[in-house]
Amino acid sequence: MEDIGNLFHGFSVVLQPYNIVLMVVGIVLGVIVGVLPGLGGANGVAILLPLTFSMSPTSAIIMLSCIYWGALFGGAITSILFNIPGEPWSVATTFDGYPMAQQGKAGEALTAAFTSSFVGALFAVIMITLVAPLVASFALRFGPAEIFSVYFLAFCSFVGLSKEPPFKTVASMMLGFALGAVGLDQMTGQLRLTFGFETLLTGFDFLIAVIGLFGIGEILLTMEEGLSFRGKAAKIDLKVVINTWKELPRYWMLYLRSCLIGCWMGISPAGATPASFMSYGIAKRISKHGKNFGKGEIEGVIAPETAAHAAGTAALLPMISLGVPGSPTAAVLLGGLLIWGLQPGPLLFTEQKDFVWGLIASMYMGNIVGLIVVLTCVPLFAAILRIPFSVIAPIILVLCAIGAYTVHNNTFDVVMMLVFGVVGYFMKKTNYPLAPMVLAIVLGDKAEESFRQSLLASQGSLGVFFSNALVSTIMTLGLIALFWPMIQAGLSRLRGGVKGPRTAA
Amino acid sequence: MNETAEESAGAGPSQRSVEIGVAATIAILAVIGIIGALRVGTGWSAEGPRAGFFPFYICIAILISCAVNLAHVLRTENDGAVFASWDQINKVLQVVVPTAVYVGIIPYSGIYVASALLVASFMKVLGRYGWAASAAVGIAVPLFTFVAFEKWFLVPLPKGPLEHLLGY
Amino acid sequence: MSATSKVLTFGVAACVGGAFALSIAPAKAWEPTHPIEIIVPAGTGGGADQMARTMQGIITKHNLSKQSVVVINKSGGAGGEGFLDVKNSKGNAHKLIITLSNLFTTPLATGIPFSWKDMTPVAMMALDEFVLWTNAEKPYKNVKDYVAAVKAAPDNTFKMGGTGSKQEDQIITVALEKATGKKMTYIPYKGGGEVAVQLVGNHVDSTVNNPIEAVAHWRAGKLNALCVFDSKKLDYQEKIAGDKAWGDIPTCKSEGLDVEYLMLRGFFMAPGVKPDEVAYYVDMFKKVRETPEWKDLMKNGAFNTTFMVGDEYAKWVASAEKLHEGLMKEAGFLAKTN
Repeated sequence: MEDIGNLFHGFSVVLQPYNIVLMVVGIVLGVIVGVLPGLGGANGVAILLPLTFSMSPTSAIIMLSCIYWGALFGGAITSILFNIPGEPWSVATTFDGYPMAQQGKAGEALTAAFTSSFVGALFAVIMITLVAPLVASFALRFGPAEIFSVYFLAFCSFVGLSKEPPFKTVASMMLGFALGAVGLDQMTGQLRLTFGFETLLTGFDFLIAVIGLFGIGEILLTMEEGLSFRGKAAKIDLKVVINTWKELPRYWMLYLRSCLIGCWMGISPAGATPASFMSYGIAKRISKHGKNFGKGEIEGVIAPETAAHAAGTAALLPMISLGVPGSPTAAVLLGGLLIWGLQPGPLLFTEQKDFVWGLIASMYMGNIVGLIVVLTCVPLFAAILRIPFSVIAPIILVLCAIGAYTVHNNTFDVVMMLVFGVVGYFMKKTNYPLAPMVLAIVLGDKAEESFRQSLLASQGSLGVFFSNALVSTIMTLGLIALFWPMIQAGLSRLRGGVKGPRTAA
Repeated sequence: MNETAEESAGAGPSQRSVEIGVAATIAILAVIGIIGALRVGTGWSAEGPRAGFFPFYICIAILISCAVNLAHVLRTENDGAVFASWDQINKVLQVVVPTAVYVGIIPYSGIYVASALLVASFMKVLGRYGWAASAAVGIAVPLFTFVAFEKWFLVPLPKGPLEHLLGY
Repeated sequence: MSATSKVLTFGVAACVGGAFALSIAPAKAWEPTHPIEIIVPAGTGGGADQMARTMQGIITKHNLSKQSVVVINKSGGAGGEGFLDVKNSKGNAHKLIITLSNLFTTPLATGIPFSWKDMTPVAMMALDEFVLWTNAEKPYKNVKDYVAAVKAAPDNTFKMGGTGSKQEDQIITVALEKATGKKMTYIPYKGGGEVAVQLVGNHVDSTVNNPIEAVAHWRAGKLNALCVFDSKKLDYQEKIAGDKAWGDIPTCKSEGLDVEYLMLRGFFMAPGVKPDEVAYYVDMFKKVRETPEWKDLMKNGAFNTTFMVGDEYAKWVASAEKLHEGLMKEAGFLAKTN
């Protein structure tokens, strides 16, 4: 009860007009850095940091955290409009968001994405408000074996999803793992697969692969089919928001499931990326419209966006209470806390009540303000698709090049981006699915690291993955997810149902 | 190259030959990966798998799936399916070649000059816009990115002789 | 008369003006013309990162530079990415790199070609201490009990968590193994913050975290600080964890574990920069050290506040490099040349 009182006090602080202005500034800037490739929330926070020294810590953290929300909202925009995810957790949003945009439903896709982000974030904030201390202790139970099991579950709930031939899926995913393995082996401190090239030290970054495979590859495909984006018919009218909203409540079950997946992934340090993939994979399996996933199904936008934002928001809690930032932006926020003399850690909740509850209140308000800001801009974003292809395509190429360069400040990465683009074009045309490859690049090395950490701790015994209730449950869920197509096929055969979905090959 | 080429207006390389090419390319990458993995040790030491353990078996898995994919292509009859017509390939190259040039000159000209050239020439040649429109957009885009990245967000991008002349 | 006096006044004014200009000229030293980049050759949230970001804040808040400061993490290849970037930016006076021990360990362990001699030393800001931490729930509350517990357990069952592989934490672990005569299992993680959390969660048995990485958990009563790997006790007497101050932690040597290790937190610049450019940053760092925020950081992280510049600093770095060569060789961490 005392906490609720603190929260209301937090609201009264946040709702001062001055702080609301700061929120809008933060959100707008966040959306801009979220849209421009190569810029992340960290850049936005860095340029505003100097301004914040004249403010109270609470005002400052309100503005800075709003950049974080804005960047999270902004990430969906390029995913949907141009098939270019700016952050790992926006990848799954492209699967159905971009086809929707191609069908002239960019407005609907954007509205669904923004609304889902909001719902996910709100759910997570409510959870933080109610059970913060419990959640922090839950996060502590995740050692290497538990973390590996979470990655395992993410992979399992996602593989076997594609309509493409299974061995092409395997080849694509394994290629992703191999690319992810290039660079320094974290466990032995040894370089591997670099063949003495200094440019390979850092490995293949996800962003470069994704900009190339998805962004450039898509431009090449569009080019092949004649110079046009098929999104021209996009309605640019605010009514689209209202109309989409009318549809959304129907998916309440999907929202609830995605929120739960997101919160869980956010608290366990696995983060937003596995959350979005897992949520998408599970939604595809359970949904009645499962077969339409990948062709522009609105559920395929709702599921990953909701989960990613629930996870992104829930992940702030371990940062505050354990001092471990989950993303570069969170790290900059952490830096901010230190400057104001706030030591993140278990005691922050008791020693700096005003600040913590102000922050939590700003999570509520920041998301509401953010939703209003981005929704009013939906027509504007959708209108971008009306720009003729021969104008927008080179601009996208330029922005992609900038995005690829900024990852490591290296022009070699820009070359790699183009190579990935051509590879993406060929793979798409020959039915190799790209999503498993990207998932493997993003999570492969992390999964390997936690796997090997677990084996170090267990002296090489695989039993560590079934050594306690938590890890066994997650591993079992993963195995069920992995064999789900077979279980499903078995069930439908029992019912005398139709043949499996493998006819497209 | 392709016997069915003359049969239709949409002639081009066959889907079959491209499939074989893609599978072979991936297989070559896998072999390179295996060589790299062997260099750092693929065994299972006292502390669990060594640095090359995962890459090694991953690359083996790639090789196996490539073999299956190849076998699948070779077993099926050539149905005459075309990967893309020469006309389409030509269009794709119209993007790939300028982009390759663009990527190639960035280290020397800086990203802003290269971007201006790319945007303007793309609009002029592919979009058939007039000189004035092409040049205007061509200059506006790098100018905007310059202000946004260098001035506003303090992210330095590659610069060339022109920028140095202007004192950056 | 009036005319001459006017001339005279003018002359005097000109002289004064001239002298003024002369006295200004040498003082008008080099100043940065672009934003200053601070490169962190490690991930976000670690000790070096926290220090760099705190400095970014201090410099901005106290207006110590007309140009803004940007912190960039380049952690690829055990920090090799960051060091190579500085090494290859010859003459670039707007790039600083903050070091951790990977300045020495990365080239030795991976063969990535760089050394401190490829860069220009600027200043040592502080030395970071290492403390032996255990979970507060464990029965061993002091070094003696800890060593007894390690010795009682079979080889390789005691788990030590640390940052990175073949870096400072593992060097200390090897030294501990030698001191106790027992093999431990060293588990590498990505960052110091993560390591501390793993210890709180009981996934490892002990760590050698830097004070700043573990202080929050120590204050919350989740961890015990057993001993500090320094030749003398820490200088900070303020009670911060219940009734304990940093200064209350005994040295490991006094407790029978003869291991000492300190880590450099210093700055380097690109090769080929001019002396007045280096002087600018040395001056800036001196001002940073005077700010209350910096003093807070030092206190919070129980740093050894030694400050060194110029030849003294270069000499210190050279001897530290020697020391690491010896330690790495002894531990068998050197890269195979192939």
